[in-house]
Amino acid sequence: MNAPHITVKDLTMAYGDFVIQRDLNFTIDHGDIFIIMGGSGCGKSTLLRHLIGLQRPAKGDVFYEQQDFWHASDEERTHIMRRIGVLYQSGALFSSLTLAENIALPLGEFSGMGSREIADIVSYKLALVGLAGFEDYYPSEISGGMQKRAGLARAMALDPEILFFDEPSAGLDPVSAKLLDDLIVSLRDTLGATIVVVTHELASIFAIGTNSVFLDPDTKTMRATGSPKKLLAESNDAKIIQFLTRGESNADKPAQKGEILP
Amino acid sequence: MSAVSAVSGQVNFIRIDDSTVAIQLTGNWDHGATIKQAEQVLADLDASKNPSHVLLQAHELGSWDSRLPAYLLRIIDYCQSHDIEFDASGLPEGVQALLKLARAVPERAGARRTAQKKSALGQIGKTVLKGLKDAKGLIAFIGETVLATLTLVRGKARFRTVDMFLCIQDAGPAALPIVTLISLLVGLILAFVGAVQLAMFGAQIYIADLVGLGTVREMGALMTAVIMSGRTGAAYAAQLGTMNVNSEIDALKTMGISPMEFLVLPRMLALILMMPLLCLYADLMGILGGAMVTVSAFDVSLIQYYNETQKAVDLNDFSIGLFKSLVFATLIATAGCMRGMQCGRSASAVGDAATAAVVNSIVYIVVADSVITLICDRLGI
Repeated sequence: MNAPHITVKDLTMAYGDFVIQRDLNFTIDHGDIFIIMGGSGCGKSTLLRHLIGLQRPAKGDVFYEQQDFWHASDEERTHIMRRIGVLYQSGALFSSLTLAENIALPLGEFSGMGSREIADIVSYKLALVGLAGFEDYYPSEISGGMQKRAGLARAMALDPEILFFDEPSAGLDPVSAKLLDDLIVSLRDTLGATIVVVTHELASIFAIGTNSVFLDPDTKTMRATGSPKKLLAESNDAKIIQFLTRGESNADKPAQKGEILP
Repeated sequence: MSAVSAVSGQVNFIRIDDSTVAIQLTGNWDHGATIKQAEQVLADLDASKNPSHVLLQAHELGSWDSRLPAYLLRIIDYCQSHDIEFDASGLPEGVQALLKLARAVPERAGARRTAQKKSALGQIGKTVLKGLKDAKGLIAFIGETVLATLTLVRGKARFRTVDMFLCIQDAGPAALPIVTLISLLVGLILAFVGAVQLAMFGAQIYIADLVGLGTVREMGALMTAVIMSGRTGAAYAAQLGTMNVNSEIDALKTMGISPMEFLVLPRMLALILMMPLLCLYADLMGILGGAMVTVSAFDVSLIQYYNETQKAVDLNDFSIGLFKSLVFATLIATAGCMRGMQCGRSASAVGDAATAAVVNSIVYIVVADSVITLICDRLGI
């Protein structure tokens, strides 16, 4: 369990000739809650797409445990992808299926369990995200926050080893966002999963992050990696400090840092 | 989660005393395991005459995944609904934590839906009501279109001319290749079908009359309309439907811009302007297709064919064809735009809207065509 879960090596992301980020190097350990942060448009979501197999890197590699993700055969890659769960920004639930059918879909396809047991597991997953009793609702009939949690239940359907979250708190009120953060932490603790979160919500970053990478849109590369709290306390990089303090404190006013920490 | 044993998950039902039973879980509870159905344990519980305490215990539990807490949750739900106290402290900490999390938010009262049995009569009633609602929607849409057109006539309609030219480009020139192909082939088919009969009388020259009249009065307009309903009507429904899903139509409304003027009018105008032109083009192509067959296979010269066509088809026939194409254009645009504007807010609703648009417009077209043909026949035009 000591080897890193995900290793990103010399990763360069580009759309055609347009480079988004270059030379990314960082590792994500087992049981980490890893935050991908940075200003708007710096390529956070693009990095996520590279990690979950939706977009091929222009250069460099992504390793899952020791396995080279992008140089593996299609079959092996699908195998790795089946071990990860992704919560998309707006839930990405299939709108023509009920919540139960949404969650049962991967279970029915890949687990080989009977329909009665699948129904039990669906109820359990919905209960985990606080949606007990909403099995027969269509995604359009529930609120955005509930859609997000249902999306999480679907992402967890196959007990993935790694859960990816794309802006989990976007569009949620602070209380719901806090509940979702708590849920993420308790899922990590109980399932032992590794969690990767794309976000720029400072409250979440400090509340749940154990490790992070900071992407910079101007220099088009990463500025730092490490625990967000440690970055705030130790970093000399004005840009990171500015980001982590919402631009409110200057580097010479460390007294304010403590107030933001939860 | 260490693998203690490789045995599949087992459930032992142990009676401790009159009021207490223990449910003991052993073995592996992960994806490969074969597990007894939860119903059996619940049946055992039922049979054991209402114990007041249930102890949940783990004994030599192997590896487990979601199947274990899902299973336990069923038992706990049963206990709760039967007022049985349960004690989960004999389970591993991870399982306890997950169960606690799953039970942290109690089920909201009234949230669960029970399946309702549908009676045949109820179904019929629902279908009728839906039909009435559709009819009402159609009338409302026509009304709104008329109002928007009146605004346009008064020169106050808000839409961008660029949009309209884009729609014209899409509904006109971009449709030429497919219209060419289909009309040419239909002309060809008409000629062949007629030729077999007419050649028996040695009257091949009248193929020109048949193809000319058939194409100009009927097939040109009809085939163009069918093509355009599949091509443009469906596109209108899908475009407007997707805009509805993305709240773009709401955005227009809150800006104070009428979506009927901004989105529907340019599309309708474009189609109404382009259809007669396409129809005329299709007529020409159809006659050409007929000529190809007749000249190459039935011993009629091109000049003869041309003269015969000119003699057979007069301006009246052309105007009827063009009039039809105008009517068809209105129907296609109405069906397409209406279905798009009334689209629901999901991906499948967009698909339904596009399907309904095509089906509706083809039905409208054929009905309208029959009515017009009947009227023309009565009036002797």
